[in-house]
Amino acid sequence: MDLTCQGLSTMSSSQSAALLNTPLLSLHARLGARLVPFAGYQMPVSYPAGILAEHHACRTGAALFDVSHMGQVLLAGSDAAAALETLVSADIAGLALNQQRYSFFTTPRGGILDDIMVTRRDEGLVLVVNAANKEADLAHLNAAIGQRCEIRPLADQALLALQGPAAASVMQSLAPELLRLSFMSGAAASIAGIPCYATRSGYTGEDGFEISVPADRAEELAQRLLDAPGVAPAGLGARDTLRLEAGLCLHGNDIGLETTPIEAGLGWAIPKVRRPGGERAGGYPGSDVVASQLANPPPRKRVGLVAEGRMPVRAGTALMVDGAQVGVITSGTLSPTLGHPIALAYVQREAAAVGGHVDAIVRSSSVPMRVVAPPFVAHRYVRNP
Amino acid sequence: MTIQFTVEHEWLDHSDPAQATIGITQHASSALGDIVYVELPEVGAKLEKGAVAGTIESVKAASDLYTPVSGEVVEVNEALRADPALANADPEGAGWFFRIRIEDSSELDSLLDKAAYEKLLEAQ
Repeated sequence: MDLTCQGLSTMSSSQSAALLNTPLLSLHARLGARLVPFAGYQMPVSYPAGILAEHHACRTGAALFDVSHMGQVLLAGSDAAAALETLVSADIAGLALNQQRYSFFTTPRGGILDDIMVTRRDEGLVLVVNAANKEADLAHLNAAIGQRCEIRPLADQALLALQGPAAASVMQSLAPELLRLSFMSGAAASIAGIPCYATRSGYTGEDGFEISVPADRAEELAQRLLDAPGVAPAGLGARDTLRLEAGLCLHGNDIGLETTPIEAGLGWAIPKVRRPGGERAGGYPGSDVVASQLANPPPRKRVGLVAEGRMPVRAGTALMVDGAQVGVITSGTLSPTLGHPIALAYVQREAAAVGGHVDAIVRSSSVPMRVVAPPFVAHRYVRNP
Repeated sequence: MTIQFTVEHEWLDHSDPAQATIGITQHASSALGDIVYVELPEVGAKLEKGAVAGTIESVKAASDLYTPVSGEVVEVNEALRADPALANADPEGAGWFFRIRIEDSSELDSLLDKAAYEKLLEAQ
């Protein structure tokens, strides 16, 4: 077989020299991580336990992910929220202190330049953006709203994600005040004596925390978290299977320049106040496209698919009904939790009804798949009163 | 020398000179990570050297498995089909993939011996 084309081969030294590293590189090496190039960074795809064990650790205990490759950007100044609302469809002006929202930068054609998390902190709005889009996002921000607010990449901050049902009990001993947080809210906190800002959020469907920490103390924090009982290090491989089971989109696969938020089923992230008739309707790139699709559903939509058996059905697989192509899979894997194939796909609206069937063409065989509403594995977010 | 290797990280055991048993190397198994599904050739299929003989699905990706020699498939590892993780647990033993009747033993000449394969791994 060809191991080089799978992103699975170990890197040559010239390859790794051209890549960036997170502040946790030496910890990853010590833990025996398999490092692969990802979005310009050298990142752990897995540790010696392997992707499946790391996945299960996150579903049953807790997993620690290094996501420091992602971009953290501060927008500061009194006009920052209004300025950001010219680029995203979320209600940013209405974001209370320490509240967090999911949103996306849209393009004039209604495509998705990137999907982001926005948190209002004391010092301003803090965005977390995808690693692969970091530079494009910054250029976009600077060009569009650079005159209206200060735009400062938080390059000296690392980002760790502690995810899983045991995350809360881990935090209980290190920063118990964080247990008061509800899903999608945050707080500044001292974790094991290290100054951090944590949000109760993540990319796995589990309860958990995403922790912004000064880069020079990231390894110390990671080690403290790994020392807690039941916490396993997990890499990008498990992160991908976990987010897919949770039905969460991966930018570049399931959403991108060619998909609109409405096609992607992300209309829930466009609140009433930004919709036609709302107080601050539109005003972001492509809002006319979004408004028109809210009124007249577009011809295709994102759905979940499941199949019997154990053969993974992967991104790029064509979907047929009665011999005609009706869609394509954008992410697919064998669900480690469920033990059967799961996938996200775009299909024509006529084929998108939950309970309907499509045929996935894998190599020479045709695999029947059933349309379901994601998530595939129920979310277990914690919402405190 | 009855066990040989390929640059595609397969091993071939022809201690029975009439047929060869084929699997993936420990290196390939480790590089692929958790193997969750395998597709094996059909018994009776006639394969040309270098042809795709099956598919290995790890959590991350699908990889083709090639046959290092031409011939007719005489047996496939049903235990591996039922439990693909055997290709992780014991890739050079219980995790074998298929057996093929060797048609032209001169095809074995171009395969690597253990030392040459190890050298290849070092160079990568």
